Amino acid sequence: MSVSDSGANGLALSGVGIRKVYGKKTVVDIERIDIAAGETLALLGPSGSGKSTLLSIMGLLEPPTEGQVLMDGRAVSHKDKSARSHMAAAFQHPYLFKGTVADNVAYGMRLRRVPAKTRRAAVTDALAQVGLEGMEGRSALTLSGGEAQRVALARALVLKPRVLLLDEPLSSLDPLIKGQLAQDFARIFREHGMTTLYVTHDQNEAMAIADRMVILRDGQAVAAGGVDDVTGLPPDVWTASFLGSEPPLEGTVVSTGDGVTGVDVGGPVVETVADHPLGARVLVGVRPEDVLIFDASADIPQSTARNQYVGTVADVQLWGVMYHMVLDLGGARIASRVSRASVREMGLAVGSRVQVVFKATAVRTRRLG
Amino acid sequence: MNVFVEAVVTAARLTLEGSPALWGVIAVTFEVAIVSTVAGIVLGAPMGFLMGASRFRGRRVLVALTNTAMGIPPVVIGLIVMMVLSRKGPLGFMGLLYSVDAMSIAQTLISTPIIAGLVSAAVASVPGKLRLQARSLGASRVQEALLVLKEARLGVLAAIASGFGAVVRGVGAVMMVGGNIEGKTRVLTTAIVQESRMGNFGMALALGLLLMAITFAMNGFLTWYQHSNERYERG
Repeated sequence: MSVSDSGANGLALSGVGIRKVYGKKTVVDIERIDIAAGETLALLGPSGSGKSTLLSIMGLLEPPTEGQVLMDGRAVSHKDKSARSHMAAAFQHPYLFKGTVADNVAYGMRLRRVPAKTRRAAVTDALAQVGLEGMEGRSALTLSGGEAQRVALARALVLKPRVLLLDEPLSSLDPLIKGQLAQDFARIFREHGMTTLYVTHDQNEAMAIADRMVILRDGQAVAAGGVDDVTGLPPDVWTASFLGSEPPLEGTVVSTGDGVTGVDVGGPVVETVADHPLGARVLVGVRPEDVLIFDASADIPQSTARNQYVGTVADVQLWGVMYHMVLDLGGARIASRVSRASVREMGLAVGSRVQVVFKATAVRTRRLG
Repeated sequence: MNVFVEAVVTAARLTLEGSPALWGVIAVTFEVAIVSTVAGIVLGAPMGFLMGASRFRGRRVLVALTNTAMGIPPVVIGLIVMMVLSRKGPLGFMGLLYSVDAMSIAQTLISTPIIAGLVSAAVASVPGKLRLQARSLGASRVQEALLVLKEARLGVLAAIASGFGAVVRGVGAVMMVGGNIEGKTRVLTTAIVQESRMGNFGMALALGLLLMAITFAMNGFLTWYQHSNERYERG
């Protein structure tokens, strides 16, 4: 098996025509999924969308009902021990085995008959990488949730897998540890250059860790692409709602020049740095985090933001620490995230008049047709 | 009250001095117990693993049958084995009746469902995803199964101890198929029955104490193992 041309440590992984049926229910039905060598792909979707099943199939842990998994272009199956030896996984629950931390981390190496001396050195290295130096002798079942998850990652990393599979590894942890671990994971994936399939239902985690994402709904891929592209321009109403934004706006290019394109979205003209010809039909999206809101009467400070409108608050919902606000710009709707303090200060409610500001560079577009 | 004093004194003397006959009884007891426990492990542990860790057609029926078999009185098992091995029985030509082998066969039929049933319960308590985790790290099906048994080791050990306990203390089946022949098929339990019938309460009690000592040693080992591995067990 040849290493991919990209020079990365990872192997390219693809799934073609993957279907998985349990009884009469089709839980996964994917035409094609590709993970480039060394890339981190997030599989995002709500509970029951089939993402864990797809991970199991791509990780050769269970066979698909139909379809084929390709590793660097070669068809492989769950019976292919050599292909499986290039992979390792960690799951939402760390599933540590009884014994010490070192016993756990060394498990895969023992299966591969790695000599004890090499194993010990590798365990020490792997534990250092995940920030658990000197924990070799601890009983695995006395660890905290964050420590256990780090051990689970070390147990996979120590095998130097060329494909790493992670199934919601952070979802049972508290936010503080989660944020720290997400950063650590992203760093480790970069350093190892392995191909990583990362299942999560949390788009923030996906954005922190992945290069690209695939969104699953009822076993089918409804969106795929770069993390910024998918979250910035969701392809349909369901995906937009899952990602916490409004559906993309459809419009016509009405002006070009100076590297800026104006798109009439049925009311306001939205300016973007994307290049499209005059008259082209395009989809337009902007992430809620990029949209700023000011009081209707406020003097907006001088800024480079080319998109400035007056609009009305159409909906307000409290999502955790931030408010999710839907803004009507005279026929076109976009979403914004606003802090609780700002909402209180500005007295924002449905019907409030506000000024809405976002940069042309924050606007994502896709040509239709 | 005298009978108890006399019995205890005799028991102490016999235990301390020992005798070739006593050692013979102990040897046969251990032979039957060990052979039928090992056979029970070989047959019952994989069966228990399958019942506890896999889903297959007929699994529920197998579990129900195993649970029923765990409750069959040893004397009934003895009767069935006796009929099978008797001269007119289907395996009568083997001439095994009233031999240590016949006793081992009957006791294996007692130990196997006990070990299978308890191993099944122990294995079922290990999360199924743990196997998926092992598989994802490169484990083969056999290595997965060994890991699950290792995870369930306390339950598996208890299953083996229960199997051993049942055969070492059983009397009905061994009496029927072994015949309690002195110097040949007499074991501790049948010897106790024999000695007490003859009014030799001291000897009977001495044998009883030995039987208790064996059970105590087995449980002692289990307790020690449990404590020495406590820090690796789930809370």
